[in-house]
Amino acid sequence: MKQRDPDLLLFHAPLLRQGMTTPKAMRDVLLALAPATLASMWFFGLSAVLILASCIGGAVAAEWLFADRQARGESLRDASCVLTGLLLGLTLPPGLPLWMAFLGGFIGIALGKVIWGGLGQNLFNPALLGRAFLLATFPIAMTTWVPAVTDGGFLQVYPGNLALPFMQVQIDAMSSATPLGLMKFEQEVTPLTNLMFGKTTGSLGETSGLLLLLGGVFLWLRRDLDWRIPVSILVTVVVFSAILGLFDADRFPSPLFSVFSGGLLLGAIYMATDPVTSPVTPKGAWIFGIGTGVLVMLIRVFGGLPEGVMYAILLMNAATPLIDRYTQPRVFGRGGDSQ
Amino acid sequence: MRAFRRLRRNFEHGVHPAHFKEQTADLPIQRVPFGKDYVMPLGQHIGVPAQAIVTAGERVTRGQLIAEPGGFVSTGLHSPVTGTVREIGDFRGVDGRFAPAIAIEADAFATQQVDAGDGIDWEALSLEEFIKAVQMAGIVGMGGAAFPAHVKLSVPDGVTIRHLLINGAECEPYLTTDHRLMLERPEALLEGAEIMRQKLGAEETVIGIEANKPDAIKIIQQHIAPGDPVRVVPLKVKYPQGAEKMMIKSVFNVEVPAGQLPRDVGVNVNNVGTIVAIADYFLRGIPLIERVVTVAGPGVTYPANLIVPLGTPVRDVVKFCGGLKPGTREMIMGGPMMGRPIASLDVPILKGCSGVLVFTEAETARRKEYPCISCGRCLEACPYFLNPSRLARLSKARMFDEMKAYNVFDCVECGCCTFACPSNIPIVQLIRTAKDDLTHRKEPDA
Repeated sequence: MKQRDPDLLLFHAPLLRQGMTTPKAMRDVLLALAPATLASMWFFGLSAVLILASCIGGAVAAEWLFADRQARGESLRDASCVLTGLLLGLTLPPGLPLWMAFLGGFIGIALGKVIWGGLGQNLFNPALLGRAFLLATFPIAMTTWVPAVTDGGFLQVYPGNLALPFMQVQIDAMSSATPLGLMKFEQEVTPLTNLMFGKTTGSLGETSGLLLLLGGVFLWLRRDLDWRIPVSILVTVVVFSAILGLFDADRFPSPLFSVFSGGLLLGAIYMATDPVTSPVTPKGAWIFGIGTGVLVMLIRVFGGLPEGVMYAILLMNAATPLIDRYTQPRVFGRGGDSQ
Repeated sequence: MRAFRRLRRNFEHGVHPAHFKEQTADLPIQRVPFGKDYVMPLGQHIGVPAQAIVTAGERVTRGQLIAEPGGFVSTGLHSPVTGTVREIGDFRGVDGRFAPAIAIEADAFATQQVDAGDGIDWEALSLEEFIKAVQMAGIVGMGGAAFPAHVKLSVPDGVTIRHLLINGAECEPYLTTDHRLMLERPEALLEGAEIMRQKLGAEETVIGIEANKPDAIKIIQQHIAPGDPVRVVPLKVKYPQGAEKMMIKSVFNVEVPAGQLPRDVGVNVNNVGTIVAIADYFLRGIPLIERVVTVAGPGVTYPANLIVPLGTPVRDVVKFCGGLKPGTREMIMGGPMMGRPIASLDVPILKGCSGVLVFTEAETARRKEYPCISCGRCLEACPYFLNPSRLARLSKARMFDEMKAYNVFDCVECGCCTFACPSNIPIVQLIRTAKDDLTHRKEPDA
């Protein structure tokens, strides 16, 4: 009996692929953020859960609503909008009204991603764009910080969370300043151990520096992030503060304080490294990181705001196409410096 | 730092696919029995097709010249079997396109013994005569590119070849032909290398072998007599270690300048199979009429390393290996990273065919393509330090001319970028499209 020939495909080589896919990389970042996320729930209780859920809800809603009718739901699968929502949520103050958190996630995806043409096309980090929008629109609510849960237990919800849309926001009676605010406006230094383990006031995800670093190491081991960016940001910040410390050690923050306070670790490890909005070339990554570090310190020390990570990253996002253009790698056999 | 890098015997970037060589690495080379139909395409090497010198109905013997070189970058063709020329016409090539070929029907009763002579007194030949002899013997680069070997031997005035580099990297997954040749015919390899080295006037022969073939490294080292100007260099296992410019970088720590050839840095690179073919011709008088082919992959019943007469239909080769398993979806001639898909089982084994690989659903499943997120993995994979991410974006936008500024023509299409891409973007195909358009585009008449 003559066997029929198989219908052969003509897919072109290479037929082999490494195992990593873009959705897997996104899920890796979600996983890396899990410890810090759980910590935020530990510190801020149910409020943290509600805020994160609202942000993710807003992000997913925008992604779904503005998707192609035929491909609706398709772009949700790569989990990138969940990541945007989570990252945004981690930068928000725990007492923020939930509707604002939802709106932030929605705007972040709508104006930060979909309008540019979807995943991979946007110029600015969507999560930070959402946060910038919230900060510009609701400056008071976005700068009202509440201390971590002390007595109410997990189920305690900050009263600010439940404010209704467009109603007068209740300024929380228990509000207090962040370590950076204390440093800037009252020259009061928060102990380093508190900064590392998260016993401070601040936004949801920025309080526990060690857990953020842990996630960063995981991502580095999985080759999911360009290590040059966080390393160059952190080194720049350390060097910058060390130099300032030479002039007046009391007035300016110490290097370790600079690294562990505010959103620097969250920004440096998880937001500045967003591959879409950071340079693709190795040399460009160094420039991007150093630029971000310098801007962070300039804003923190000389600007009017206590914290500058968000604007520093957004400004460097804007410079990314230019950086990429002028840092093309040296081609093999074409002289010049090797990367 | 520089000295440290030299010790690592490496080039920068590249990728690490799984080797998949265990299927055939331990299987001795066997000879495929002779069949009936043979098809010898006239253009199975890079360059100008050969010109047939036989006519339909003519009787030919195994090893007889049946086509002459059609120009300088062209080689001779020899009949792989004793039999009768059936037809000279168009036959299906690997990619499915029809191209001129000589079809030969093997004589069922012939012994198919090669008329092995005593070889050629190669020492008496001048360099020019030697080059001509290599061309007439039909010897091409056996690693896959099938670039006529004699062209590389013709060195312009003022260029001296100092090193003969023998490429035993075999960095493509699955393939084990060079590995087996080194294990089973180390003498032939060293004899061929010596002929080449003397004719080129090179100081030494360097054999580069990936470190995952310790047995081959050992056996060749054992065959090198003390005082011979030959050394074996183990290389890091990394794809594309066997790309000639990468190997030169690994062994000599020299970058061949873009647009130039290995000879410009004083190196002549040849594949293991090519060198063995040289030995077979000059010492035994056998021109290039057969080659070693690895038949492997998840879709083949009995994987094997085979000596296959050129022109044998893939069908016969696969049949000898127990046939295809159900669920076969694609076949590749060459390696899985750079090989060419086989259009039909009727296409013949060519001089440049190092493997016939059979793949099933798992390797050929349609992978969903995601948008490029500029993760930079392709930049870290590209051994030429290109920016594949940018090249792919430009190609998708059909901005081919802009791609020249990003050195698109330096791309050797090794496929590292596509292998590394987590978004499953067919980067190397997009680059190929652009190169093809830029090379063959006809400007509209003014």
